[in-house]
Amino acid sequence: MREIALHLLDIAENSAAAESRNISIEVHEDLLSDRLSTCVVDDGRGMDLETVQRVQDPFYTTRTTRNVGLGIPLLKLAAEMAEGSFRLKSEPGKGTRVEAIFRHSHMDRMPLGDISATFLTALISHPDIHWTFVYRATDKNGNMSDFVFDDMELKTELGDLSLTEPEVLTFVRGMLEEGIEALTRKRLTELENLFATENAAQSSGSTRRVQ
Amino acid sequence: MPAIKSLEELKRVREEALQKKQLKATPGNVQVIVAMGTCGIAAGARDTMKSVLNYIESEKVSGVTVTQTGCIGLCEQEPILQVVLGDQPKVMYGKVDAQVVQKIMKQHVQNGQPVKEYIIQM
Repeated sequence: MREIALHLLDIAENSAAAESRNISIEVHEDLLSDRLSTCVVDDGRGMDLETVQRVQDPFYTTRTTRNVGLGIPLLKLAAEMAEGSFRLKSEPGKGTRVEAIFRHSHMDRMPLGDISATFLTALISHPDIHWTFVYRATDKNGNMSDFVFDDMELKTELGDLSLTEPEVLTFVRGMLEEGIEALTRKRLTELENLFATENAAQSSGSTRRVQ
Repeated sequence: MPAIKSLEELKRVREEALQKKQLKATPGNVQVIVAMGTCGIAAGARDTMKSVLNYIESEKVSGVTVTQTGCIGLCEQEPILQVVLGDQPKVMYGKVDAQVVQKIMKQHVQNGQPVKEYIIQM
């Protein structure tokens, strides 16, 4: 997989397969602490301790095992390659929380990718699940902005009208894309400014090296 | 966030959609299913899904149910897309990229003619 967003979709698919009613996907790009944190939380059937241990092992996967494939070990590896961490917490009957943290500026960090496409795909694929999507961005100075999408209001309003009716689709896609794009654009400007300041510092004879 | 404003807008969208749906409802039940296992996602299933949704939006196709399924054991054929028209048997397509989606949506979903060259022969 080439995007963190695709990994998140994959993990969310596990959650959906585990009979969850509520699933949330959260992404936090934090430039202050230089971390990109992601998590998927569900209230599905959960796993016992032994299974939690085993799903992190790529050689555990067999056809007879439901719900879990290579997805978890791959995400774990991606996080660890970028000086990050991976945590999997689960309790039978309660649910599962998968958390993957990356060092934001790490060379080997996978790009976040198309997060709104991931949200839209999850929402459309499982209309019976209550979805919450959070995309949060913190700048170098610690100012935080976020985009929170909870599908409850939307679904109440739609009633039995399908999410895949063309007009509804345009509306929902627009909501997700615009909400996330607004934050992404802001973050890009911040990064550009940051590079500009660093370049200026270097060309003015400063010998400070970027860590 | 534009939550309140957009909710009002949503009411309008809903009315509009309901009216149009009555005007040209697709006969019978049409299902488009995208395989979303780890293998499917790694092979591009999300883009396949997005292409299906884009087609529905741009061509204003009403009455199509879009859903997903897990890995069906044909990982080398991913991205896989299945089409079910009414009570006809399920048709399974392999290696479905954006262009193939266009063909399937137009020829099969809208006009009832399966796109033979991309059907997975079992």
